[in-house]
Amino acid sequence: MAQSKVRDLNTPMEYQSETGRLNILGFWLFLGAEIALFSTLFATYMVLMDRTADGPALGELFEVKGLLIQTFLLLTSSFTCGLAIHEMRRYNVKGLFFWMITTILLGLGFLGFEIYEFFVYIHEGANIGTSAAWSAFFVLVGTHGLHVTLGIGWIILILIQVAKRGLTPQTTAKVFISSLYWHFLDVVWIFLFTAVYLMGMVMQHG
Amino acid sequence: MANHAAAQHKGIPWKHVVGFVLSIVLTLFAIWFALETDLSTNIKLLVIFGLAIIQAALQLLMFMHLTENSRTQGFSGRIQIGNILFGFFVAIVIVVGSVWVLSSGHAEKKPTNGEHEMKMDSGSMNHD
Repeated sequence: MAQSKVRDLNTPMEYQSETGRLNILGFWLFLGAEIALFSTLFATYMVLMDRTADGPALGELFEVKGLLIQTFLLLTSSFTCGLAIHEMRRYNVKGLFFWMITTILLGLGFLGFEIYEFFVYIHEGANIGTSAAWSAFFVLVGTHGLHVTLGIGWIILILIQVAKRGLTPQTTAKVFISSLYWHFLDVVWIFLFTAVYLMGMVMQHG
Repeated sequence: MANHAAAQHKGIPWKHVVGFVLSIVLTLFAIWFALETDLSTNIKLLVIFGLAIIQAALQLLMFMHLTENSRTQGFSGRIQIGNILFGFFVAIVIVVGSVWVLSSGHAEKKPTNGEHEMKMDSGSMNHD
């Protein structure tokens, strides 16, 4: 707790150490790079979305119900993740764990629906090799799904560390950074929801 | 120490609740607007992408505390905001630029009227 002396006590713990502050700033820079990464996949998808070859059109297989369930699972998980940080700033470790575990469970639910969705598409004759459009779809949505998977694993590891070491300037910075990552996945999902699913359905049905 | 800092973060986190409710409203409105209205495709796309950008901004400001570091730090908060805005600028250039260059003009979107467009293009070129 030596680091806390140099900061005023109204500052949240994750900002109290120099390392914590720089790590948080560095993670924001990383998120800027992530935006650029996803933008290339979005560009690929939007250029190729009409190139369905002999396969089904994208909007043909999308379903509103599954889309809504996935969206609300991820959106709610982003909200509970924010509540976890709120509890962390009140030094309420129990609250932090409760909301973070809720976040992970919602994330797993999202992932389950996404995997199920992929299986349905493959069953209906649209896999990653069917057409340029479906290739772009699976790469884009799959990359987001991979990020969610990594995020779940990462948050679990950090929660184990918090359980062992308690709230310190180091562990709180790690929790805060993983929460930024999780919120960012929801930001990406907003654009997947719009550019992939809604646009696909609008193009299909007019 | 705990009490002091906790005083700042007591009670219901209204920022998060408001962000969450607005996100739900924006999501449902986007779905309704895209699938239940009879407007032209272009207007629909314009509106749903506008809603997406608003919702992304909500997440960044209400959930991720994008501007928060600026209060305590002075500089890194501004670096964060500038970096994220630049990230979005790059994303828009990449996406809009790619779609513009690769989907208009040379590459016909639909094979049926593609031939027609190509004739028109070569015709106008001859006149020039």
